[in-house]
Amino acid sequence: MEEQNKDYILECTGISKAFGGTQALKNVQLQIKKGEVHALLGENGAGKSTLMKIVIGLHKPDEGEMVFEGQRYAANGPADALRKGISMVHQELNPEPHLSIAESIFLNREHTMKGLPFLNKKETNRQAGIILKRFGIEKDPRTLMEELTLAEVQMIEIIRAVSCDARIIIMDEPTSSLDSEETQHLFHTIRELKEKGVSIIYISHRMEEIFEICDRVSVFRDGEYVNSCPLEGVTNEELIAMMVGRQVKSIFPKIECEIGETVLKVENLSGKGFQNISFEVHEGEILGISGLVGSGRSETMRVIFGLDPKTGGKIFLGGKEIAIKSPKDAISKGICMVNEDRQNFGLCLYRSIRENISLPNLPSRQKGILINQRREKKEAEEVAKVLTVKAASIESEAYSLSGGNQQKVVLSKWVMAKPKVLILDEPTRGVDVGAKSEIHTLMCQFAAQGMAIIMISSELPEIMGTSDRILIYHEGRINGEIFREDITTAKVTQEDILAKEFGQKEGGK
Amino acid sequence: MSRKSANAASESIRFGMSEIEFNLFMRRYGIGMVMVIMAVILAIVSPTFRTSGNVISILLQVSLNGILALGMVFVITGGGIDLSIGSLLALTSVIIGAMLNATGSIVLACVVSVAATTVFGLLNGILIAKFKMFPFVVTLATQLVIRGTAYIISGGYSQSLANAEFKEIGAGKLFGVIPYPVIILTVVAILAYVILHWTKFGRYVYAVGGNKNAAIASGVNVFWTTAGTYIISGFCCGIAGIIMTSRISAAQPNIGVGYETDAIAACVIGGTSFAGGVSTIPGTVMGIVIIGLIYNGMNLVGINSYWQTITKGLLIIGAVMLDMVMNKRK
Ligand SMILES: Nc1ncnc2c1ncn2[C@@H]1O[C@H](COP(=O)(O)OP(=O)(O)OP(=O)(O)O)[C@@H](O)[C@H]1O
Ligand SMILES: [Mg+2]
Repeated sequence: MEEQNKDYILECTGISKAFGGTQALKNVQLQIKKGEVHALLGENGAGKSTLMKIVIGLHKPDEGEMVFEGQRYAANGPADALRKGISMVHQELNPEPHLSIAESIFLNREHTMKGLPFLNKKETNRQAGIILKRFGIEKDPRTLMEELTLAEVQMIEIIRAVSCDARIIIMDEPTSSLDSEETQHLFHTIRELKEKGVSIIYISHRMEEIFEICDRVSVFRDGEYVNSCPLEGVTNEELIAMMVGRQVKSIFPKIECEIGETVLKVENLSGKGFQNISFEVHEGEILGISGLVGSGRSETMRVIFGLDPKTGGKIFLGGKEIAIKSPKDAISKGICMVNEDRQNFGLCLYRSIRENISLPNLPSRQKGILINQRREKKEAEEVAKVLTVKAASIESEAYSLSGGNQQKVVLSKWVMAKPKVLILDEPTRGVDVGAKSEIHTLMCQFAAQGMAIIMISSELPEIMGTSDRILIYHEGRINGEIFREDITTAKVTQEDILAKEFGQKEGGK
Repeated sequence: MSRKSANAASESIRFGMSEIEFNLFMRRYGIGMVMVIMAVILAIVSPTFRTSGNVISILLQVSLNGILALGMVFVITGGGIDLSIGSLLALTSVIIGAMLNATGSIVLACVVSVAATTVFGLLNGILIAKFKMFPFVVTLATQLVIRGTAYIISGGYSQSLANAEFKEIGAGKLFGVIPYPVIILTVVAILAYVILHWTKFGRYVYAVGGNKNAAIASGVNVFWTTAGTYIISGFCCGIAGIIMTSRISAAQPNIGVGYETDAIAACVIGGTSFAGGVSTIPGTVMGIVIIGLIYNGMNLVGINSYWQTITKGLLIIGAVMLDMVMNKRK
């Protein structure tokens, strides 16, 4: 092994960690240089988050050593790690709903009145206001966390980690719920930090991002360390091969299929955050919805699914107008939705994978008044396998899964339901490259069976690669419609879509 | 330190099961071990404990609290709490008294009293689920309303019941061996098991208690699920109230005070998480038996009841800590 290198600000060697019978990390190593952006890459469940939680002291390693700034290092928990100079943005967001934005940002390092043990709210709010402005967020610092969207919560968590003057900042999938604009804001911040000599550990499944912002990469597979190298000079394919241990195509060809009758139609639908939305989606069609976060895309879908009330407009299913008052109504009519917020709207973390998957599907899987448990288990196992959920057993509780695998469980719920209309809000959030293409293939297969699919995604390559038609949202309205032919013939590019997301008018350049 | 735990992790096969299964087993049945150990110790120190008569007497002792706990476990699993169960016992008692006086029909008396407690359960459920009020506050308040109602119905007086047949419910035995309350407890436990673990409603209770938003987004009717748990609790109070009234042979408006403590204790000792969404019926039954063992065993050994109360309190704290360590909850 290399000698103790002065360049390295953090060095982890021989780290192992087991959870019960699951060996999450086996003798892994990681070396971070001062002032670099270092990517961690690996499939879902490879152990990336676990390693980072060890660094900030949330987990105790079973074996191994860490050296930080030339000294042996061990943290007793996030607060201790922060004091020593390491902060982290977590993959699973965990906001305190009743704190204000300002209080969240300054949690554990509150401003107090001079010489007194009382909180200085005014100063806290003022400071928070300054920081928010710097990050381009137009929010009152006194807003409560529970009122924020997922993307906003994510931004606040990033701001908190970035504003603590840490020398290493760990970012575990910071962009998974951000749109392209916010992502660029983040990258700008990262570059600034880098200039100041701060090291960033950056975890993401979006390869474009890794190539754009990172200097070096360490790859993990099944809890083992594979390799580290500078990003210059490696190709996407080489990285993926290192990650999965074999050659895979990262983009699956879309299966073209016959587009049939209109299934779902909305007319002049309005609600909180969007006005007068009209569109239809047909049998066998994948309708992509693109737009900035907060442009009303998720809000529209929440209304169609019955999670929020509508303020106007009509919804038709199979030509008949329908009234949807709750998700229960929607599900019984054959409309299902994968929510973008898996922690809040997707999973019961302390129940098993099996129970989570079957929850919305129980009504049709009964034997008399009892649940047909054998069938339940069999079907849940089948879908979990199709979606490559990696877990010790189908009876494992959801909290013990890695982020990407939790996402796959949420998808499994609705895959098992086989609805007429499937609404997917960021379906591949946190899912690795291989599983992502499995999911895309599955979507195509469902479409081929006549399902109508609506997919919201902030990832343009995903939207462009899978959709038959794309609607672009801008500030609560539809600002453009693009057909597959235009994309395959390169008449419309990623930049054109982006421009429309930012509000450019039809036809104008 | 780190070496040692690594070794422990590598010896992951114990008793022919993987460590993850072992952990699951401990979490589910660890409380069963506690129960068995307690029983063994008592059997060694006290010869009386070993007699079959004593086993039946323990079961008889726990039957009341057991039925209440089996209703309570639904409520706690669904993320709530029911403090009104003590008053509901009193309400049952005075309704039975009034009905027996008026009609002399035992069946009618029982049906009407259980219907009344079930309706009060529904009322709790509506206030909590429909108006989104805190379960603690709602049931603290309805507890007073129910107690007051019981006093009004009875006029504030206890009335002794001379009906010999009615007395049989609490004092009679099947084949002269098994007391009816024990049989009723068993039936309630089996029903509770089937409902919580094998029906859609049971799953919905876990989902609502575990993550209400996820439950809503999965098409669960949160109102009826929550209300359902209070209805079940109310129903169980009616059943337990009948047994209690029969045992004391009197209709009294002042009985049942403090009964919620033992019912909640049985749930918690049995691994029910106060955060909601985690519980099992077998665990609850073990919790019930453990509380019975504390009373019975300590009586046999001759420890006074003040110490029994302290032990029970400590055991609840111990159970909650065990739950936290096992589940690594925040
Ligand atoms: N608290 C826990 N209890 C049990 N197992 C756990 C726990 N946390 C993680 N694991 C297991 O450890 C392994 C590594 O998980 P980890 O979260 O580190 O993966 P990851 O690389 O971050 O994946 P992802 O890309 O999906 O976020 C997984 O198999 C996971 O199931
Ligand atoms: Mg992770």
